[in-house]
Amino acid sequence: MDREDVHRALRRMAHEIIERNEGRLGEVVVIGLQTGGAPMAEALVAALEEIDEASAPIDKGTIDVALYRDDIGLRPVMPEEVTEIPVDLTERIVVLVDDVLFTGRTIRAALDALTDFGRPRSVQLAVIVDRGHRELPIRPDYVGKNLPTRRDEVVDVSIDGVELGEMVK
Amino acid sequence: MSGQHLLSVADLGADGIDEILQLTDTFVEVSARPIARVPALRGKTVAFCFYEDSTRTRVSFETAAKRLSADTVNFSIATSSVNKGESVRDTVETICAMGVDALIVRHRSAGVPWQITRWVDATVINAGDGGHEHPTQALLDAYTIRQELGSVEGRKIAIVGDVAHSRVARSNVAAFTALGAEVTLVAPPTLLPPRLDDWPVEVSSDLDAVLPKVDVVYLLRMQKERMTESLIPSLREYTAGYGLTRRRVDLLADDAVVMHPGPMNRGVEIAAEVADLPRAVVTNQVRNGVAVRMAVLYLLLGSGVDLKPEVVGA
Repeated sequence: MDREDVHRALRRMAHEIIERNEGRLGEVVVIGLQTGGAPMAEALVAALEEIDEASAPIDKGTIDVALYRDDIGLRPVMPEEVTEIPVDLTERIVVLVDDVLFTGRTIRAALDALTDFGRPRSVQLAVIVDRGHRELPIRPDYVGKNLPTRRDEVVDVSIDGVELGEMVK
Repeated sequence: MSGQHLLSVADLGADGIDEILQLTDTFVEVSARPIARVPALRGKTVAFCFYEDSTRTRVSFETAAKRLSADTVNFSIATSSVNKGESVRDTVETICAMGVDALIVRHRSAGVPWQITRWVDATVINAGDGGHEHPTQALLDAYTIRQELGSVEGRKIAIVGDVAHSRVARSNVAAFTALGAEVTLVAPPTLLPPRLDDWPVEVSSDLDAVLPKVDVVYLLRMQKERMTESLIPSLREYTAGYGLTRRRVDLLADDAVVMHPGPMNRGVEIAAEVADLPRAVVTNQVRNGVAVRMAVLYLLLGSGVDLKPEVVGA
């Protein structure tokens, strides 16, 4: 995927979010997962506000889930960015945004983390790339692209495009 | 921060201090949440071995451990078998045999936390050892200065009072100078350490002359027993020469801040009304203390940044 493809995918996902939450966009809070999902969440919010100007500004935030991970103690796990969730999530519709959906463990951690900020009405998941290999019963609601991968491959997603590479050993 | 223990600021270096202060931002945010608790250290047990009185440091560490979901075990000297003559070694080995991941140690003798690292496998954190060090106090002070003034580097800091007997002063000089601050010790000669040759500090006995030049005035607690040791003529005379009185506050620059590690002796090293001024950031120090200790506990017990145990500076 190049820059244009990513942009198109984000726009399509924005349309899907608006359709699914029709008349309730004001209740939506878009939360990007640090670090890869944060710029995608920004871009998604920009697309939502462009398509549905009446709903702007849409509430947004970022979350770092390191302290909720299930592999603390098994590998180095360090928070990288300070979480910023400026609104109470109770009764809100949270759209979690990440760049790549892989095992689902990061999303599991994020779901736990969200509950410390209130009790959302619902949580929906938007990912730019779903690369498969799920280890937990987690599925995305909005997908930019389904990308079949091997486990040892690396998917690099940015606003400028998506690249598939070999893991550096 | 590399290594399994936190025994002294001197071992951390500027990079180690910086890493802790950066991570502290995360825990300041966690502490401000509606539910200020993360599961990061679930299943870990932290034990407190305080051989010396402390309320704020112990409560601060305990709050930090609980906000990380660690279990805490309190070992209080008054009701323990120490009073039956048990040695420190036997006590800590017994506690560790119960399955403890970290020991937070305070002791009246310098070097006890280090000594304990030789006896047990658990992580040891120094919460104050004699006149040696109190590293987490220095870290929370450095964090508070960074928060109040933007940076520690290039700041002029006066540390005022009983430097000779103060582990806080020792740790703070190490932390502040490592981060690039200029430190001046202000005290009567009897309350300065006998040898200051290898301390990277200026020394003065004229508080009025120092105050206009500093960004931070850090007051040490005046321990009243120092008077009975004849190190000062009287508390009143100490206050006249070295107390931060209302009059002296006016000598400070407008944005200079006043700090104190607590507990304060109002009317001795700090005038009662000065302690309540907005520029006295003592409450922020206490609040930041919990977050800094969360950062230290997480780095040592959770982060896995150093899965090979080694003693820092042993």
